[in-house]
Amino acid sequence: MYYIDPHVHMVSRVTDDYERMARMGCVAVSEPAFWAGFDRGSVDGFRDYFRQLTEFEPTRAGWSGIQHFTWLCINAKEAENVELSREVIAMIPEFLDRPGVIGIGEIGLNKNTMNESTIFREHLDLAMKTNELILIHTPHLQDKYRGTRMIVDMLLEDTRIQPQRVLIDHVEEHTVGVAREEGFWCAMTLYPTTKCTPARAADIIERYGDDRIMVNSAGDWGPSNPLAVPDFIQEMRRRGHSEAKIRKIVYDNPLEFFNQSSRFEFTPPDSAWDSQAADTDAD
Amino acid sequence: MPETRTAEEILEQCHLEIRCKLIEIAACLDRIERSGEFDVVRNDRRLAQYQESLQVLASDGVDRAEKLQMIFSDDYIPNWSK
Repeated sequence: MYYIDPHVHMVSRVTDDYERMARMGCVAVSEPAFWAGFDRGSVDGFRDYFRQLTEFEPTRAGWSGIQHFTWLCINAKEAENVELSREVIAMIPEFLDRPGVIGIGEIGLNKNTMNESTIFREHLDLAMKTNELILIHTPHLQDKYRGTRMIVDMLLEDTRIQPQRVLIDHVEEHTVGVAREEGFWCAMTLYPTTKCTPARAADIIERYGDDRIMVNSAGDWGPSNPLAVPDFIQEMRRRGHSEAKIRKIVYDNPLEFFNQSSRFEFTPPDSAWDSQAADTDAD
Repeated sequence: MPETRTAEEILEQCHLEIRCKLIEIAACLDRIERSGEFDVVRNDRRLAQYQESLQVLASDGVDRAEKLQMIFSDDYIPNWSK
């Protein structure tokens, strides 16, 4: 089955991971800007990171036939530095017209501080002024419930925001309802020990349905599995869910959400391979 | 959304996993308690959270995972922005 991993930090992964993902059916990824494991010291550090996301990473993904899309921001952890955050937000428009950039993300909260909230609101303002989709990171562990409620509060206070253009990520059993009830999209992250397991993600689908929801690996430099979406597919099959239902969650839903971005130029896999074959024939 | 499996089928598939995880929890708690300095953590908030969670596990319902999540969550503060 073809699938899309709508949240994976491929800059932290090796090229072999792209290849293994492609062999498992991955046809596209979207990569949000995130925390690199250390705080960057200047806006130029982010400028170089955005170049990597928009120039080299799509090329590297293409070596395995995977289409690469990206989101830009300063992440919630580094948003504690308000001065640097404002410099980065002012710089982001330099990259917004590049191919494959589909929105602002992953913005959000980390420790639910007022500085994080300030920068979150300023990211929302940028997204509204530039008509971008929004991808939101919700906090980890004990901070998640409070932070998700705070994020929804801030989204609702900005009357310009259209819920169907916002994706709230890393939802779990206690936050999926909070994210969905106001009409936002949401996503579940499949991690080995924190966030969701494939089985619990399948439980949430069975309980809340398959509309406006997707799953991702959020593979990065920490404990994570870039093949987690195929694990979810396998879990759903093991439970007897239809191929159409599974495909809706891992392929159709990401496409429906991403298609709202004018720069989401996706080539369906069959036509992509047909095109490659034609090129080969012409040689 | 209708369940694709009967309760009997799910129990059959999940039994060893549940058994394994419960024993792992028991072994972890044993490990903490038999250590030389258990009194240092006896009143640790996390141990109280485990006890509360075990009470939820022993209850009936279809939202025990959500209840456990809330045990390990900070409370929402209304009007936090003011």
